Amino acid sequence: MKNTDVSELKKIANELRQSVIKMVYQAQSGHPGGSLSAAEIVTALYFREMNIDPQNPKWEDRDRFVLSKGHACPIQYAALAKRGYFDESELSTLRKEGSILQGHPDMKKTPGIDISTGSLGLGFPSATGMAIAAKRDGKDYRVFVVLGDGECQEGIVWEGAQVANKYQLDNLVIFVDNNNLQIDGTCDEVMPNIDLGKKFAAFGFEVYEINGNDMEQVVDVLDRIAEKRDSGKPKCIFADTVKGQGVSYMENQCDWHGKAPNTELYEQAMRELGGTL
Amino acid sequence: MATDMTAKTTYDFDQMLSSAREAYGEELMKMADEGLDFVFTYSDNVAASSATGKFVAKYPDRCFNFGIAEPNQVGASAGLALAGEIVFSQVFGPFLPLRAADQIHTDIAYNDVNVRLIGTHSGVTAGGGPTHNDIADLALYRAIPNLMICVPADADQCTKIVRKSMEYEGPMIIRIARGAEPNVYKDTDYEYEFGKAITTKSGNDMSIISCGSSVYWSLMAARILEEKGVNCRVIDMHTVKPLDVEAILNCAEETPLIMTVEEASINGGLGSAVAEVLAENSWGGKFKRIGLPDEFAVLGDPMEIYAYYGMDPESIAKSALELLEK
Repeated sequence: MKNTDVSELKKIANELRQSVIKMVYQAQSGHPGGSLSAAEIVTALYFREMNIDPQNPKWEDRDRFVLSKGHACPIQYAALAKRGYFDESELSTLRKEGSILQGHPDMKKTPGIDISTGSLGLGFPSATGMAIAAKRDGKDYRVFVVLGDGECQEGIVWEGAQVANKYQLDNLVIFVDNNNLQIDGTCDEVMPNIDLGKKFAAFGFEVYEINGNDMEQVVDVLDRIAEKRDSGKPKCIFADTVKGQGVSYMENQCDWHGKAPNTELYEQAMRELGGTL
Repeated sequence: MATDMTAKTTYDFDQMLSSAREAYGEELMKMADEGLDFVFTYSDNVAASSATGKFVAKYPDRCFNFGIAEPNQVGASAGLALAGEIVFSQVFGPFLPLRAADQIHTDIAYNDVNVRLIGTHSGVTAGGGPTHNDIADLALYRAIPNLMICVPADADQCTKIVRKSMEYEGPMIIRIARGAEPNVYKDTDYEYEFGKAITTKSGNDMSIISCGSSVYWSLMAARILEEKGVNCRVIDMHTVKPLDVEAILNCAEETPLIMTVEEASINGGLGSAVAEVLAENSWGGKFKRIGLPDEFAVLGDPMEIYAYYGMDPESIAKSALELLEK
């Protein structure tokens, strides 16, 4: 998939956004805001960057993906379905009894999920464990993590960052989905993150600042860090994003962290995204 | 049916002491020397002079120190296991259940990984007061699905559990004490089975169901009771989950009094587990839990604390006699 071009990726990201809205509307539950902010990141990883095989989800040499901000799983489910890990018809079962698509990623139920997440902060230290194992076992795979900026208020994130530095985990790539919103308001109001990018740099990461909703920039930064694969340092892509990106009434509104649209707003969102109802 | 060890001389009253911490370190070394593949994680809690320290020195490429950050250690251990490693992970006393509860619940048990969490300094054996006492762990672990809980009765049994865990699929806790504890089993040539209690002493006047080093104190109590003409059965419930329900029901059927003895909070541990089985089977016999009461324990040497809370052999025997006379 390395050759997927940027215009194709933009088209896919838009389709995934439509899937997110449809899923959350059908479930009348779920987290649209943080799913939409991460759409470009998830698209670029699943449709271009990661070395994965949907026919063999447990392939031991695959790149790993850890959605540490597990509540944004609708965007990951949309990507997995489109990549063929399971039938796209499953998406309409989100959060329903018996579904393979739980409210937070469940590796035992959903093909393609590498680790169950949902308790914020936990994914990151586990990802460092995967990266350490890759080095110990002489494997080439990389571990990609998506962290929320609000999530970085959890102390365990920084325990994980220490490990990435100590064990020189250059095979670990974290994205900070920096949308500056959490349930109670902006991160700046609730608990200021103060120079989050600089913090990761201070913890020994190579930090790359980008606009995370600009597909050109996402692709470009992934190309740049791929060249620095063996730098001895973990990578942090500090991605400024807009929560709810792509749906006008959701953009920058903390209300849409974990709320489903009604029929009228669903139809509006789908029109804005150019989708069919 | 519990494994019956009573035909052998199963316990040793000469109080030969062995350390489970040392013994499992030696077992890791043996297993590595034999070519078994596993990794070891820890958090600034392995002394260089200990058996585990020697193992770390000999096999540095498979040992990972996470510093003073237990939740991080447990979370990373899950990641290592998800990438295919079998992981032994040593954490100090209460900082395993209390600090890393979320990681044990979600990263370890929910993800169903091959991590063997070794909690050291169980109960009041750390000797550092309530901040260092490990008393709430059994209650917490019991409420976490998909988590096997092993509480070896002595050092040799701990090595059996460590060895046997290499063939086990899934997560488990191995709860051990701080230092040297009496050997329960004089004859160590027995096959250990997860989830199958061991009858260490037969008897039909009453039963004591115990785990960990409390098994030894229970046997000592049984000896005192023997002198008073009371024939007490002693069960080593080394696997607190899954519980050997059949062994408990046999005690209920064959003995009129059941006591539990454990070095953990009396709320939610082995005694509670046994009580649940008895109540749900409408048992009408006499029952008593012995353990650490619902308070932050007094300070002292473990033996002093046991005596204070009625967990030493004399007190256990006294409680039994009082109940039998009622």
